[in-house]
Formats: sequence, C-alpha cells, structure tokens
Amino acid sequence: MSKNLRINKNNFIDQTTRISFKFNGQKLFGYKGDTLASALLANNIHLVGRSFKYHRPRGIMTCGSEEPNAIVQIGNDPSLTDPNVRATEIELYEGLDASSQNCWPSVNFDIGGINNFLSPLLPAGFYYKTFMWPASFWEKYEYFIRHSAGLGKAPTKSDPDIYDHQYSHCDVLVVGGGISGIISAKLSAEKGLDTILIDDKSFLGGSTIYQENECYKINSVNSNKWLANEIESLKNYPNLLVKNRTSLAAFHGYNYLLARESLTDHLSVNERKGKVRQRLWKIRAKKVIIASGSIERPLIFSNNDRPGIILSSSIKKYIDYYGVKTGENISLFTNNDSAYEAAISLYKSGVKVNVIVDIRKNSDSLIVKEALELGLKVLWESSVVDTQGYKRIKSFEVMKLSDDGYNVVGNRSKYSCDCLGISGGWTPMVHLFTQSGGKLKFRNEDNVFIPDENKTPSNQISVGSCNGEFKLNEIVVNTIENLKSFLSLNNSCYDGIKIICPDEKSKRNIWLLPSDKPIGKTKPFLDFQNDSTAKDVKLALREGFKSIEHVKRYTTTGMGTDQGKLSNMHALGIIADTTGTNMGELGTTTFRPPYTPLTFGAIVGRNVGKFFDHTRKTAIHNWHVKNKAEFENVGHWKRPWYFPKNGENMHQAVQRESKAARDSAGILDASTLGKIDIQGTDSSEFLNRIYTNAWSKLEIGKCRYGLMLNEDGMVYDDGVTTRLGENHYIMTTTTGGAANVLSKLEDYLQTEWPELDVYLTTVTDQYSTISICGPNSKKILAKIVPGLDLSDNNFPHMSFKNTKISNVNCRIMRISFTGEHSYEINIQSNYAEDVWIKCMEAGKEFNLTPYGTETMHLLRAEKGFIITGQDTDGTLTPSDLQMDWIIGKRKFDFIGKRSLYRSDTIREDRKQLVGLLTEDPKEVLEEGAQLVENINKKPIEMLGHVTSSYFSPNLNKSIALAVVKSGKKLKGKKLIVPMENKNINVTITDTVFYDKENKRLNA
Amino acid sequence: MFIINCPYCGERDQTEFSCGGEAHIERPKQPTELSDDQWAEYLFMRKNIKGVQFERWNHAHGCRKWFNMVRDTSNDKIQAVYKMGEKPPVK
Repeated sequence: MSKNLRINKNNFIDQTTRISFKFNGQKLFGYKGDTLASALLANNIHLVGRSFKYHRPRGIMTCGSEEPNAIVQIGNDPSLTDPNVRATEIELYEGLDASSQNCWPSVNFDIGGINNFLSPLLPAGFYYKTFMWPASFWEKYEYFIRHSAGLGKAPTKSDPDIYDHQYSHCDVLVVGGGISGIISAKLSAEKGLDTILIDDKSFLGGSTIYQENECYKINSVNSNKWLANEIESLKNYPNLLVKNRTSLAAFHGYNYLLARESLTDHLSVNERKGKVRQRLWKIRAKKVIIASGSIERPLIFSNNDRPGIILSSSIKKYIDYYGVKTGENISLFTNNDSAYEAAISLYKSGVKVNVIVDIRKNSDSLIVKEALELGLKVLWESSVVDTQGYKRIKSFEVMKLSDDGYNVVGNRSKYSCDCLGISGGWTPMVHLFTQSGGKLKFRNEDNVFIPDENKTPSNQISVGSCNGEFKLNEIVVNTIENLKSFLSLNNSCYDGIKIICPDEKSKRNIWLLPSDKPIGKTKPFLDFQNDSTAKDVKLALREGFKSIEHVKRYTTTGMGTDQGKLSNMHALGIIADTTGTNMGELGTTTFRPPYTPLTFGAIVGRNVGKFFDHTRKTAIHNWHVKNKAEFENVGHWKRPWYFPKNGENMHQAVQRESKAARDSAGILDASTLGKIDIQGTDSSEFLNRIYTNAWSKLEIGKCRYGLMLNEDGMVYDDGVTTRLGENHYIMTTTTGGAANVLSKLEDYLQTEWPELDVYLTTVTDQYSTISICGPNSKKILAKIVPGLDLSDNNFPHMSFKNTKISNVNCRIMRISFTGEHSYEINIQSNYAEDVWIKCMEAGKEFNLTPYGTETMHLLRAEKGFIITGQDTDGTLTPSDLQMDWIIGKRKFDFIGKRSLYRSDTIREDRKQLVGLLTEDPKEVLEEGAQLVENINKKPIEMLGHVTSSYFSPNLNKSIALAVVKSGKKLKGKKLIVPMENKNINVTITDTVFYDKENKRLNA
Repeated sequence: MFIINCPYCGERDQTEFSCGGEAHIERPKQPTELSDDQWAEYLFMRKNIKGVQFERWNHAHGCRKWFNMVRDTSNDKIQAVYKMGEKPPVK
C-alpha cells in the first residue's frame, strides 16, 4: 500500500524540509508546501472519507475549495478540534493530525457502508416520506436521525484561540491572485490607487504559475515565467497590500466585503501560541475587481465517485505544482481540451496516460495535436459507462456514443486503471458577483452562466475566467482593456502585449452521459458530499417539483459544506434537459455567503466572554460587591437584587429587607433610573404634549408623576419629573426605557414640533440617585444635611430642594415609590459612593438596611404601584390600569389621547389591572400564571394572568397583581389559578394592599 | 450594508443609523376631530413598496438627528438625503 508517488523535479515544494503528520493514526511524511491532500496522494492514499448518506468510500477529487469529499477532522483536542476541513486547502504542518469523518469504526471498514446496499430504499425525500407516521413516533425517529446527521464532530470545550476583526478602506479591492488578478492589481497600483489583493492560497499566480508549456507564451516567454516576473514586480508598489491565505466570504451591497485571513492554521502547534488565528477583514472598497477564476466540472456517469477519480486539472496541479503522481496507471475522460494539458504534464513527468476517452468527434486544436504526437491513445466519440473498484477505482468501461449523444452503442470495453481524470469543462465562479446583486446571463455555446454586463452593480467588474473568458489571450487582453475604462487609464504598462496560446475549437456538452443500463440501475453522482444522483433529480421532477430551489432542497443537491460548487450546473442541466427548458430561463439557485465556511471564531472575533455585550455599573457598584449583593441584569445595568446576610436565601433576605424598610429605614441605589434634563422656553408645553396629565401649573420646586403613552394609547413609560426652574425640568424614566424614551422625545421634537424651544440631555450617568425610605428616613437625612429644614411645611411630599452634602451640590427630592416617607438624593456620580457610605453611617443607629430590586418590587406591589414592562406589556391603557385620574381630559391633545377612545380601547371587557388575594395566605402565585373561572368548561377560557406576586412580610400574606378581562367590575369575584398539580383559589381585590390612606408618606 | 450620507455628518456606515419608517406622514393637528378610521389611517397604515420609498432615518449612533431619505428598496440605491422640513425631491 505505502508507496512514494513523488517525482523529484519541482519548483514549488521544498523537498529539503520533511514534515511528519498523522492520518487516521498512521504516521506519514510530506514536504513543506504540501497540502494534506497532496501529501496523502504522495503516499498513495486516495480513500479519505465516507459519503454522507450511503457511506460510500470517497477520495480526493479536487485541489481546492470546491472539494466535496476530502473533508477531515483536524486534531482531537476537545477545545481545538476542527471538523469539515478541506484536505485540499489545509497546508501541511509538523504534527498535523487528521482523521476521516462519517465512518465507524474506520474509513476502511465502515459499518454504515451497509447503506450503500440499501440505497434503492433511500431515494430522494426518504426522510420526508418515511418518518411521517405515526406522528407520535417522531421523538423516537428524531433520536436516530440526529445521530446520523451532520459531518464531523464539533469541539466540546470553548475555543481558546484569538480571533480578530479589522476594518479596511481602499480604492480598489482585487479578489483572486490568478493571472487576471495580478494584472488588475498591478494596473490599479500603478495608477497610484490604494489597492488590496487577496487570494485564498499561500502562493499567487493561480493555475498559470505552474503552466510550464511552450504552447502558452506572453511577450515571447512561457506564460508561467512571465507571470512570475509580474508577481515579483508587485513588490515595488507601497500602495498595494497583498493578502495571501485570505478567502473572500461575502460581497454585500455598496462594495462592503468580508474576507477571512488565516494566520496560524499553516503553522505547527508550537508556533501558534499567542498569535491571532484568523482575522475577519471588513472591507469597504471604492471599486472591486472580481478575478475569482473558474472551477473544472466533473462528468456525470455511473459510479463516477470512486476514490481515484479526480478532476483532470487537479491531476495536472498535483503533478506540476506538488510533484505528485495521482496514480501509476492513469486514464482520462473528457469533453474538452483541458484533459490533454494534464496528459502532456503527466507525460513530461514520466507518466504515460493509458487512454483518453473523449466524447467529442475530434479536435484539431494545437494541444490535442501535441498529445497525439506524443503517441497518446484517444478514444473519440466514446463515453465511460461504468467503473469498478470499491475503495479505489480498478477499471472502467467504455462504449461508443451514438451520433446524437443520447445513447451508447456497441459493446463495453474494459480498461484497468488506478486513477481516472475527468473533465467536463469549466464553470465561472460567479458567487461573489451574484451575492453583490449582479444578474447572470447564460451563454449557450459553452453552457456557462456569466455576469451580465448590463446588470452589474456599479463600481465593480469581473475579469478573467470568472467572467467566462477561458483562453489565455482573451483573459489577458480583455482584462487589460476592460480595466482601462473601469479605472480610467489612458495607457497601461501592458500596451502592445503579445500572447500565443492554443485555440479550442470543438465543444460537446452532455450533462448526463448515457448508459446502456436504465437510469434506475446506475449511480451517476451529482452532489458527491450529499450523495444525490441524477436519478434523484429526475425522481423529484417526476414527483412534481418544478422550481430549482425546490428540487435542490428535496434532493439536497448543493446543500453540503461545499454548497455544490462542483456540480450544481449539472443538476440544472439535467433539469433543463428533462423538462425541455433552456438553462438560461431556468436560472440558478441563489448563491449565498459565505463562499467557503467561516469559523464561528472569525465571525465573533473578540466579542466573546465579557466583551460579548457591555455592562453598566452604578457609581456605588463596588460597595454593593463588597457587601455581597446578588445582582440582577436590568437592561445593560447590573443592579443589586438583594443583600443576603449570614447565609440567607433570596426569600429570607427580601423578607428582612422589606420589613426593615417599613419598620425603620431602607436604602436603595436608584441610579439606573433614566434621567433627562429638559430646558428651553417651551419645556412646559412639551411636557403637556408627551405626558397624559397637565404640567403648566406645576410650581418650581415641585415634582409630579407622569404617564407617557404611545400614539396608540398604550402605556409606554412612567416616572417623576421635577420642575427645577421656570424653563428647566429633570425627568426620570424607567431603567430599561431610558434610551428609548429619549429617542422618542427627540423624534417628536425634531420631526413633529421643530417650533418648540426645548433641549434634551441625558444625565443618567452624570447623576447617581440614593433613595432612603421608611419612618426614620427623615432622622437619617437630618444627620447628613443638618442645615436643611425638613419640616413638612418647608419640604413637603412631591417637592425638591437644592442643598450640599460636604460642599458637593445635590438635589434632594421627597418622592416615594414604596409609600413610605422617602427621599431621593441626586448627586454627581463621582461623589455617590462617598455619600452612600455617609448615609449608611448616619443610618446605623436606625438599622438602615440596603435593599435591592426584589424588595423594591415587593414594597411597591404592596402599594399597587405598577412597573411598566412588568405589569404592562404594551397592550394596556391608563384606564386598563385603573389610572383614569392621570388623564388630563381637558387637555387639547397629548401623545396617545385620540387613541383612548377608539372603538377598541373603550371596550369594557379589556384586560384590566386588579389585585389578587389567595384563599390560603401562605400560597404565593407564580408570575405569568393564568386565571380562569370555570375549569370544567372546555376549552377553558383564560381570563388573564398574574403580573406580579410576592409574600408580603408587612401584611403577613401573599399578594399579587394581575390583568383580568373586565377586571374593574369583578371586585370580590373568586377565580382559579390552575397549576400543574393543584388549583389555587383567589379573590379579586383592590390593587392597593397596604396603607390605603397614604398616611405613611408623611409619617 | 449601505453607506448613508448624513446631511449633518457626511458619509457613514449604515450600522450607525436606524430607520424610522415611511416619511411625510404628518401628525394630525387636531386628532380629536378625526373619526376612528381617519385616526387609524394615520396610526397604522404604512407603505412597504418595492421601489422608490421616502423614509425617515436617524443618525442614532452619531449626531442623533432625524432626516429624510429616498431609497429604492429593490436595490438599496439612495437617491436623495434631505433635512427634516426640507421639500422632498420630486418623484
């Protein structure tokens, strides 16, 4: 088995640097410059994996990103292992450890191979048809389907690698470093334009760079030598950035492109440490030149998937670039001249091709003549009808084609081989062009979709073979000419260029090659990775699928990790032939980004862990941390949730905190509430328009609670606004709503009422808010601001004072969200922790207890105060909340006023806010639980749901708020809260549970 | 992702902006005079056409100014950008 198929002449592989690697546990050697695929082939290993559905043995088929079969798992470290890596792309490095996927126990003996023999039972749509009934069995089916789904194994631990994002702006981006890309980059750079050239390989020059053939000459030297000089000359341009190993992933509108640069994937593991693994480039280019090249097509015949069957251009690259023979008994099968180039390359390396099977009647092109002169045997007008060999092709059978190409005639003749090169012509890589919004046109003469120059988005151009130009002279001359107008060049360094190249004249294309057997008895593979065959496509058409997008999904053609780069065209061709449609009318499936798979690491870059999202902390945060607060996320804020003491759980802590706040004093960090500074001569009028209640008569120094609606009449936000001066207010909003409220107010100011003289400034971060509540709050505040008269006369509820704490200006509002006598100290944030500590010291003798959001919620629920976003959900009007008192009925207008008497908002059976008491006072309801009246009448009518629920230590019973249909009228009504294992009896009550007369505000 | 020429700041990436829906729908001066149907027309009905559309945009992560934009929704080509209160270009 182990053989060395390396020949010794080579320019590109460093045969002095030997690299050891492992494949399926076997230790092997390759050289610097090899890909995993070329190194495996040099070791005579073709079988690398098993196919997805039938577990058929599969080998390396290509030499690039279009590879469908040779996808391997790299490494076995649970955090670093990488599935679905194309062996044809990964560069060999010391210690590379690769293994085959989708096989068990091994690629050589795979139990799943039995599927191959069951394949007649596994047609297209097998899963859809088989697992439909009985429906209750789905969960059992799913287990097995999930086990057989997917290729490779995902890492199980988090990725320790570093990934970067980088933005880049340039005049010209050139995608692709083949001959047309090199010419483009040089023309652009020479004009002085800021240019980036990217190519996904480790070397530039595409396929021309190893095209050592006297038939191709540019300015009298062989094309490869000419190109090598050109590449060398690129170094002279400081305004040209060349990025190798960089694959363009996506081309979005306005020339915004994403490219993934691999920085360490070709290095040995030791050399990678501390380096960025991959970088995602976000490029905004003024102009884009696409030079993405083309991909050779396979041919579709029975058993065209055996290991050893390789694209002829790949055979040529393996011998010319890597110095690797893909076999010792090679034959070729073609419909065009490309295979002859491979044959000549092999001949020059000492491998004589056994036979070339050509479906054409003849060809008189230069390259074919050269092959014939070398004595190569060509079977004209013939087709391969079948192949043999399980884990490696052993032989193939040839028959003569009928004149029209629809049938084969005569007898089969058998040829032995260990490698069969196939060539079905070329497909321009138009993925990027179409991603950007370009439209394709179909060229009938050689069956290719190419960019339609009339439907190309502006500031981009496709050049070279991705534009459907396949001959060297066309590529070079047209690229230069097209770029002259694209880049507005008067002349170029390439003017007068002379090119000699062979001309291909005869073409013959047959999408599905005929066989002497009925199609049901053949296996002509279209999508090698997903195991869909020509007969699956035909079955789909018979079953009524007409749209190519439907056929694609039903047969899974083109849905593997390779996205069908190799043979989507054949599927389209077969559909067109079968249905008698022109391919141009049929169109293509949609090309979506990314062009090749992107790692999740590259997509997220550095935005992982604590960089995933930003966190806002109040100025007093460190004190909370020191005092063992548990935190709750509110928007982006970290808010203290509760402060457990001596091993308390949340319930115990909240009960203690709530009791302390009502019995003596509690302190809350309320800094996260949104604060908007409002100034300007029309401030009062502005507040009149945005709040439901009246503001013009609010005295300076007084505070007022306001409710803000959306234009649809639904409650949007609430908070207390204080009049600081004649034309100066400070508004508070909910924590989560702050940003949206500011945006909404700005929107109205700028677009509907630009005549108003009002200026809004967010000061949420600039001021911190410390709230002290409870019967002893006044005594504590008196210790902190001894000069301030705190009498109810001088400083009544709903008023504010400017004062100083330790020479620092502060505003103190006497407002209350708990129903207790309460103050809110607003102070510049950099002094906030200091003032907080002063409060704590002053409050020591009164058992001043810090409390968090949970206690705050409990205390306000005792008072029946709503929390917008918890008790409201954007479907409740003020009236639904039993807050009709806050609607300024005499006001001419305010946002949402008109909606309050729409036919829907005046319905009496809307859901309305009510209080709930449970029959068993110890039973605490679950928030979100449904409320019903009759559980026996099916279907059970849901009357509403619980919005807030707590055990009140101050009332020693469970309390809840809920929204219930027609709730306002149902006071005293008994309802049921059905839970999983019991029904809880509740009674509808008033929403205020505690201190209904508001006596405590002035206690 | 398109580039928007903010009338106050110049060309910026789309990620800095947020779209505020159809432009030139004025809030009724006297909403109380309107029937339910007329109010609903203002409140709910918005065009969502394939082709040239007049839109409100906000430079949310920039100057925070609102402005109007004419965009072809079929190809995202921006045909005009103008300040609030300025006359829209003729279709």
